[in-house]
Order: sequence, then C-alpha cells, then structure tokens
Amino acid sequence: MNRKIGKQSLIFENKPQFLSSAAIVGDVEGKGNLAEHFDLILDDDRWGEDSWEKSERKMFENAVKLAVQKAKLEISDIDCLLGGDLLNQIISANFAARSLEVPFLGLYSACSTMSESLLVGSMLIDGGYANKVACTASSHFSTAERQFRLPLEMGSQSTPTAQRTVTGTGCSILTNKDDENGMNVFITSATIGKVVDMGIADANNMGAAMAPAAMDTIVTHLDDTKTTLDDYDLVVTGDLGFHGSDLLYEICSEHGVPLSEKKHIDCGKIIFKAEQKFGCGASGCGCAATVLNSYLLKQIKAGVYRKILFMATGALLSTVSGMQGDTIPGIAHAVVIERGSRQ
Amino acid sequence: MSSFTDYLWAFVIGGAICVIGQLLISLTNLTPSRILVLFVTSGVILTALGLYEPLVEFAGAGAKVPLTGFGYSLAKGAIKGAMEDGVLGAFTGGITATAGGVAAAILFGYLNAVIFKPKTKK
Amino acid sequence: MNDLRKEEQRRYQNKVNERMPKSETALQCVKAFCVGGLICVIGQFLNDCAIVHMGLDKDMASTFTCIVLIFIAATLTGLGIYDKIGRFAGAGSVVPITGFANSIVAPAMEHRVEGYVMGIGANLFTIAGPVLVYGISASVICGLITCLIIA
Repeated sequence: MNRKIGKQSLIFENKPQFLSSAAIVGDVEGKGNLAEHFDLILDDDRWGEDSWEKSERKMFENAVKLAVQKAKLEISDIDCLLGGDLLNQIISANFAARSLEVPFLGLYSACSTMSESLLVGSMLIDGGYANKVACTASSHFSTAERQFRLPLEMGSQSTPTAQRTVTGTGCSILTNKDDENGMNVFITSATIGKVVDMGIADANNMGAAMAPAAMDTIVTHLDDTKTTLDDYDLVVTGDLGFHGSDLLYEICSEHGVPLSEKKHIDCGKIIFKAEQKFGCGASGCGCAATVLNSYLLKQIKAGVYRKILFMATGALLSTVSGMQGDTIPGIAHAVVIERGSRQ
Repeated sequence: MSSFTDYLWAFVIGGAICVIGQLLISLTNLTPSRILVLFVTSGVILTALGLYEPLVEFAGAGAKVPLTGFGYSLAKGAIKGAMEDGVLGAFTGGITATAGGVAAAILFGYLNAVIFKPKTKK
Repeated sequence: MNDLRKEEQRRYQNKVNERMPKSETALQCVKAFCVGGLICVIGQFLNDCAIVHMGLDKDMASTFTCIVLIFIAATLTGLGIYDKIGRFAGAGSVVPITGFANSIVAPAMEHRVEGYVMGIGANLFTIAGPVLVYGISASVICGLITCLIIA
C-alpha cells in the first residue's frame, strides 16, 4: 500500500515509537527555563577538551550513549545512527560516529536536522530496515559562532534580531510499535519540507529567513493529511525566535491557518530566560533537539499534549554564499508525534 | 602639557567620531570589519584633501586615536615621503609612519594568542 | 510566474522590515560617545606623558601612544575583557585604534588550536587585513598623486 499521501507527506503504518531520549546542554542553557528537564548540564562548554569542536563531538557521543543507556540497550543494538550538526562536513556527527562504531547516516539540513533525522529514522523503522535507530542533532555556540560569525573575543555587539546558538545535543532512540519498553509515544506521519527562499539576506535575521519555509510545511502538511489546526494540541517550531514567530503567525493566517501563540511553541523562544538577554531567542540544531528530547517528550508522555506537529526549521546558508550575495534559503521538515496505544 | 580644554576636545571629538561609527552599525548593518576599512580609508582621503590636519591640531588624540587617525598617519607619511623622496617616498612613507603601531599589533597579537585561550560568551 | 514570485518576496520583505525589533540607537550612541571619548582621553594623557616626561618629539609621541594603546587592548582581549567592553560600548570600542588591536588578537586566539603557523600566524589578519590593504593602498595612491602635483 502506498504510504505517501498528498504532495509531500508520509504515513507510517508500523508507527515508530520513542524508546528513550537524552539531552545534554551547556551551562548557559542550564541557567534557562528548562534546566530541570535536561539529563546533563555541563559546567563548562569546553568539557575538558582543548577545543570546542572536540567538546561538541564529545557531547554528541555522550548524548547517544546516554539515550542508549536509558533504553537499557547496548550501543551495538542500534541498527543505524542518524544525525548531523552545523559544522563544515558535519564533523561532530562524523567523529562521534567514528568512536561509537555503529552504522551511520550523516544528515544536514541546518537547524532542521532533528526533524530530518526523526523523519528518516521513522522511514527506516516503518520500512522494516531497522529495529532501533538513534536520531540526533547537535550544535555548539562557540563552534558555530566562529564558523558563521566573528571570533568570540571580538568586541562587537549583536543586532536585535540575532539569536544565540544553543550548546546542546539531543538524541531520541526509536523502536518499532510493538516494543513493550517504549514510551507509548509514536511518530505517525511526516512531511518533507521544500526549500523556500523569500529573499532575506541578513544572516543575523534567521527567524525571518526560515518563517516562510515553516509556513509552507505547515500548510502543505495540513493539506496533505486533510487535517486542520484543531487536530493538534500544539505546533512546535525549532528556532524562529520572537521575530520569526510573529512573522509565522502573520503569513500563516494569510494562508488560512490561524496559528497563534495559544497553539504554538517555538523552542528558541522558551529555552532561555528573558533576563539572559539573548535578543530574539535561541537557534541551532541543538535548540529543537534538546527541547524535544527533554521537556516536550516528557509533556507528551505525561499526557499534557496528545498530538503535536514537531517542525525544526533550518537556514541553509554558508559563509561563502552570504559573501557572494546570495539570500538565505530556509527549510522545515515536520513529524507528527502522538501519544497513543500500541494497537 | 595639555590644558583641560585640550582633554575636553579630545573627549568630544573622539566620542563624536565613534558616534558616526555607531550610527553606521545601527542603521546600515555594516559589519565591524567594514567599519574599520571605511574609517581608515576616509582618514586617508580626508587627510589628502587637507581636511583632517586641522581636526588633529584642534582635538589631538581625539582625532588621532580613532582609526581615521591611522589613515591620517598613513596619508601624512606618504605625502611627506613623496615630497622628500619622490615616487619611492610615496611607497615607503605611509608604512614608515605607522610601522610602530603595526609592528606592535602583530607582536602583541601573536603573544596574546599564544598565551591566552579564548573564552566563550555568556 | 517569476514576476509573481518576486512580488511575493517583496511583500514579505516589507513585512519583515515593519516588524523588525528596533535597536536602541540613541542610547547606544551615548554609550559609544562616552567610551570612545574616554579612550581618546587616555590617548591624550599618554601623549602628554611621552612629551613631558620622556622628552619625545610630536611624531614619536604619537607612535608611543599608539603602541601603548595597542598593548593595553591586546592584553584586555587576551584576558577576555575587551569583548565585554565592546558589548557595552558598540562602536565606541571598535572605531579607536584599540578596536583594530582587538580585531587582530581575537581571531588569532580563536585559531590557536590549529597551530602556530596556520592557526595563529595566518589568522592574525583575517579581520584587520582589509584595513591594512585599503589603508596602505590609499596612502600610496595619495603619495603618488602628491608626486604628480609637485612634478
């Protein structure tokens, strides 16, 4: 039977189930709103390594190990590790996979990587190609800052629309629907996002660059699955921030989807406290990844939310593309996460 | 020794040049590296047109410390070199006049990078 | 179709600009003015010291001032203090010569893990390099024009 519906969406028949999750964050995130939900908060974002890049890959590796441990499995039980990060050639993911010694598919869709890894992981499980997959995404403030912006010791100010990259890795272990140890939380459908570029060129305004992609995916998803916003308890976006979320509400209502603050959480808006003063909020692969794998999954498991549309958003720019005058393309992949029964 | 008014003008003119930079950053989204380039080049051009020298006379360090002052030293050196030694002087003058600053920046920059590890921002 | 897309993009960009959070330009200008002014006053003081106590002539006094300011800024960058000043002062600590020193030390420190030659050595001028390129080129052109005029 055809499991593709509409233009871009997929239905999972053998619904992949969350088995466990883990989130490791840096000290600044540990002072934010969600501190109590994270599994591990680092005292120092260098984590005893001599470079931040090495610290990021250590975080990646340990998040996978921690999730595997919480699932009472061995690393060798993982059929496939999926994940990525923001660094060139996704070195954090690649090098973590080197020491984990598991089959590995590296993914990149910038800050949308967490939803991409859940989406591809779900396809592997539903298709019967894997029994257990680890879906991961990671980012690190200090490595991203130096790759995409200015050196850390430069005395420059951030603009009001700038967002702070989250230091953190989130990992979910997915299993098939019959696994009795599972969390009873399932991925039931997904929508593969299109790359959308509305001509925003300001690399300090990623929220505005990504909002149209998020809108496109929401509208397409609702259309493909013949659902409306009323069918969902919550729409979660990755890192649009305050400015980007406002824009999302406006363009969504123009397309007949009355999304508002009541039904929407942006991970970038909730992770830091207002008094931490990080402009428009948080960003980075780790933003959606850590919020999903700590706070959100706990809320769904506890029954606070029954069905959510989880959609991390990514800005697909590089340092070279920006300098050559290209605008910033955005992407958003969506997965539907539902609390339910194994039947 | 400078008088109190000399200090006052150094403060006011120096501060005012920084405000121009701030307006450029806030209103045009220019990055700091572009600001630095813009200020040095403007300093060179203003000096060549004879407009910067009076400001230096008037405000002292207030005009010399901002990067436009670096441009001023470069241009002044190059003009002086050209007057004294012709074409060769035009090439050597600017760098000669600013050699101290550039050499200091390279050495202290190198030493600090060797000694200190960068810290993350909170 | 293409025109329609362009029109849509333009409308969206207008929306983004309308909703853009405002930066506190006025307050920031005051901060930049005070810090920038203060750095210049320190420069004036150093210049006085060089002339009065060390007996240097005007040009040498300027060079001395420049070197000391660069030394202070480089050290503050190394100690991790200059970026904090910068976050408060904005252009007030970018525009003075101290900002130039900061832009040399900061990238070099960041790349120290990539080694002494290609890490520190090659990255000292990733940000400040263009300043020298444009500054020095402009000064040479200015010298050459002077040659033409006096010839």
